[in-house]
Amino acid sequence: MRRGTQWVHGWLLLLPAAALLALFTHYPIVATLWQSFHSTARAGRGSTYVGIDNYRALLDDPIFWQSLSNNLWYAAVTIPLSIALALLMACWVNGKIPGRALLRLAYFTPTILPMIAVANIWLFFYTPEYGLLERFTTMLGLPTHNWLGSKNTALSCLMAVAVWKEAGFFMIFYLAALQQMSPQLAEAAAIEGASRWYFFRRVTFPLLMPTTLFVLVNAVINAFRLVDHVVVMTRGGPDNATELLLYYIYEIGFRFWDPAYAATLTIVLLTILGVAALAQFGFIERRVHYR
Amino acid sequence: MSAAVYRAGALGRSLETAGAWLLGALWILPLAYAFWTAFHPPEFSTRFVLDAPVTLENFDRAWHAAPFARYFLNTVLLCAMILAGQLVLCTLAAYAFARFEFPGRALLLALVLLQLMVMPDVLIVENYRTMSALGLRDTIVAIGLPYMASAFGIFLLRQTFKTVPPELDEAARVEGCSPLQVLWKVYVPLARPAYIAYALVSVSYHWNNFLWPLIITNSVESRPLTVGLQIFSATDQGIDWSIITAATLLTTAPLLVAFLLYQKQFVQSFMRAGIK
Repeated sequence: MRRGTQWVHGWLLLLPAAALLALFTHYPIVATLWQSFHSTARAGRGSTYVGIDNYRALLDDPIFWQSLSNNLWYAAVTIPLSIALALLMACWVNGKIPGRALLRLAYFTPTILPMIAVANIWLFFYTPEYGLLERFTTMLGLPTHNWLGSKNTALSCLMAVAVWKEAGFFMIFYLAALQQMSPQLAEAAAIEGASRWYFFRRVTFPLLMPTTLFVLVNAVINAFRLVDHVVVMTRGGPDNATELLLYYIYEIGFRFWDPAYAATLTIVLLTILGVAALAQFGFIERRVHYR
Repeated sequence: MSAAVYRAGALGRSLETAGAWLLGALWILPLAYAFWTAFHPPEFSTRFVLDAPVTLENFDRAWHAAPFARYFLNTVLLCAMILAGQLVLCTLAAYAFARFEFPGRALLLALVLLQLMVMPDVLIVENYRTMSALGLRDTIVAIGLPYMASAFGIFLLRQTFKTVPPELDEAARVEGCSPLQVLWKVYVPLARPAYIAYALVSVSYHWNNFLWPLIITNSVESRPLTVGLQIFSATDQGIDWSIITAATLLTTAPLLVAFLLYQKQFVQSFMRAGIK
């Protein structure tokens, strides 16, 4: 094929996907940035350029700071916990454990269920007095406690749901990586007299590093992208204790109808994701190189 | 970790087995609880006695309490439409990235991969505005459109197409096939496992997607199951848990049943999608 034809064919093949991507990913990113420097159009008054006023309002907004800190806590707890559990699960179901197939099923099932549905189930689980958790704690003689209604426990309750939902998903990637590892490594290590823990720490875990990075990036995205359970379980309450960034954007954008301020909040979220993106690009580069 | 070599002592092993099962039980518990409540009369919803009568009445009540049949139809249409769009668009784009030389290829690929990070889920405010401008608000098309050019699909298929030996491609061209015919006759058949994997991941994602459909839809005619379920449980039912859990199981049933039947296929698909 001639070079010119190659070019034209390449571009034409790409065109439909590129057009949609431009319309629903690239344009909105730029438009969000643009919007964040303008005011929300109100009755009788159009949207005008306001400079960094929205950002100033952001800095003075205690709910924003609370949602940011909630989200960072949420990420800091759920990400390491779900990754560690995923690794543990993968090691278990990769070995010769009794009932392996059933265990794999148990661990993985939450992954394919809609967050909205599992949130309903967990809501029931946490219900004061009737819920399973309450019945369990009263059995142990503990005082009754409104898990989702209390500022101190509501966010932790959401974290538990997220870990429960994600760990099995991440397990799959570890399992795939473990199955690709050569058994000779373990044999050699055993002959050398290395302990099992030592082998895991010095051989298995480093070899799983690419998988861990991949899972980590996914976990970071999900920690900032998935707020379905907030909608179902707490709506950001009590007293903003479970306000996560994207949920706050949703509230500002679609319940208070202030798209300009919602855009400003979105820029914060995009910045966080952008940092994650840079990490990911470095990582993809490296993978492509040794492929 | 190779179990063949590293056998823990008998005590260690039973401890580990116990731990694994405890975790497994913990993981299945919320679901088991939902099943119990859904299949028993409301007065047994939190009373666990073995002789509790089993009933399907909760499902019957849930099914008639909200237009779930319509929601099911909407979700099926939505998933089918998104998948069809994704398969076509991603195949074409992946083919371009895998086998064509053109200026700007690296930059364009980077722009595509950007969507792996900044998914449409996050750009709700501006996409809502775009959909309003296009006059598409409250339609099934509006739910699906932002997801059709999927960076994940393009990347997955590109990696797969790259493993096709160029000789096959050339042989087909020598026989007089046009680029599209080569794509259809050589690349697509060879990438079948990748397509199956992608289809499963895509359908489970969009069957479960919630926030964007919640925002963009506003009537029974366009609402998917997830949004229907949320409205049903939040407003219609007060706190009748038997009927809510029944509705919850009802909406997840097709996916759950498909998963139980094709467990291996599902797990392998998710694995394949992750490795590429």
